[in-house]
Amino acid sequence: MDAALLLLADSRLPAGGHGHSGGAEEAVRIGAITGPEDLARFLRGRLATTGLVAAALAAAACAVGEAAGDDGGAYAEPGAGAWRALDAEADARTASPAQRGASRTQGRLLLRSGRRIWPSPALDALARAVPEGPHHPIALGAAARAAGCAPHDAALATAYNAITGPATAAVRLLGLDPVDVHRVLAGLAPDLERVARASCATTAWEDLPAHAAPALDLLAEQHLRTEVRLFVS
Amino acid sequence: MSANHEDRHQSPASLDRALRLGIGGPVGSGKTALVAALCRTLGPVLRLGVVTNDIYTTEDADFLRRAGVLDPERIVAVQTGCCPHTAIRDDIAANIDAVETLEERFGPLDLVIVESGGDNLTATFSRGLADQQIFVLDVSGGDKVPRKGGPGVTTADLLVVNKTDLAKHVGADLTVMSRDAAAVRDGKPVLFTSIREVPEVYAVAEWVHGVVESWAHARAHHPHGPAVPSTNA
Repeated sequence: MDAALLLLADSRLPAGGHGHSGGAEEAVRIGAITGPEDLARFLRGRLATTGLVAAALAAAACAVGEAAGDDGGAYAEPGAGAWRALDAEADARTASPAQRGASRTQGRLLLRSGRRIWPSPALDALARAVPEGPHHPIALGAAARAAGCAPHDAALATAYNAITGPATAAVRLLGLDPVDVHRVLAGLAPDLERVARASCATTAWEDLPAHAAPALDLLAEQHLRTEVRLFVS
Repeated sequence: MSANHEDRHQSPASLDRALRLGIGGPVGSGKTALVAALCRTLGPVLRLGVVTNDIYTTEDADFLRRAGVLDPERIVAVQTGCCPHTAIRDDIAANIDAVETLEERFGPLDLVIVESGGDNLTATFSRGLADQQIFVLDVSGGDKVPRKGGPGVTTADLLVVNKTDLAKHVGADLTVMSRDAAAVRDGKPVLFTSIREVPEVYAVAEWVHGVVESWAHARAHHPHGPAVPSTNA
């Protein structure tokens, strides 16, 4: 395993992840998550839907970075058109405007930090190609490549992110025993590996997974309209 | 500095931007009141932007907007996911993004104030986010607080002790606070305020104006080099 993958997946990576709950704050507010059992179901559902989609997009983004090459010699703007096209694939798979906004915000923050941590022409090209900020999985996949990771690593880190963010948010919001929550996460480890493998099965972008999670879409939209919000999403 | 001015992801080691002033301190010490006071006094002479971090969502931003001291569009709120100290110290990505958004939208600016969420005595701003920082205490927390020290009290560029009008009611000895603060701050300035009685906060505004002028001076003489302005307070 590449040590860079650990850095990328670490919640201490300074890229704004601590401000996002992935729908968990709203789920807690409406009483859909009250304890570790509810949380486990929420996380399993999230991983199987938006988690898988995000992981597959990240793996594809990592492969774009691979194709663009890190020497940057061949093209003035390696992969600009490809970045825009893949970002549009992410847009098409994100139905809720609130989730689109949150994803682009996280992507912009990750890209800004990633470019300083792992400078690379491919990340520079991504920033120029999508100036408002790429979707989070695209930025994560591109940063993974810049850090020296393979597409499978990018998918694994993204899947991991998809469940650890909401899990930590639930610990903070409900005062759950953090050890209980980590046992839930450990129980999902085999699923993480399955999702990462499945994420790398497709090479044509139009065939990438597009699993929708209407409940998560609704949570994201309601969250944005809630008066008291401690998390961005 | 990046040669491409369309690129919003440039590194922060550039003087070609406003001075970033962090204002931190415990809950209820008067951070937001100080920000409002500074906007009132400095607004006519400096181009300002404000970023608020508050665990209670946009409450502080709403307070400032209602105070009518600054164009509401120049006040941006950041959600910290229940971690106000993380957002100003360990993972400053969301705050940097907010600051750069303000500069992009309204720039050039002279000063961007970043107000932290209320936290404890150990909370300080990362030097990657704030060029200068003010720590705000109030006398009703007890006159022993400066002696207790902590990074906020000992390292802030300016320590403000607010609510001096309450000292006689809570049995706080301002002389003790002044002496203890001087002992732990190694000569760095301390100012006593009663924002309720003197809402213009002249002395603090003068200090802030001084550091903004030093920053502008450094920018004029070293337009491309990183530098820290000297404080002559």
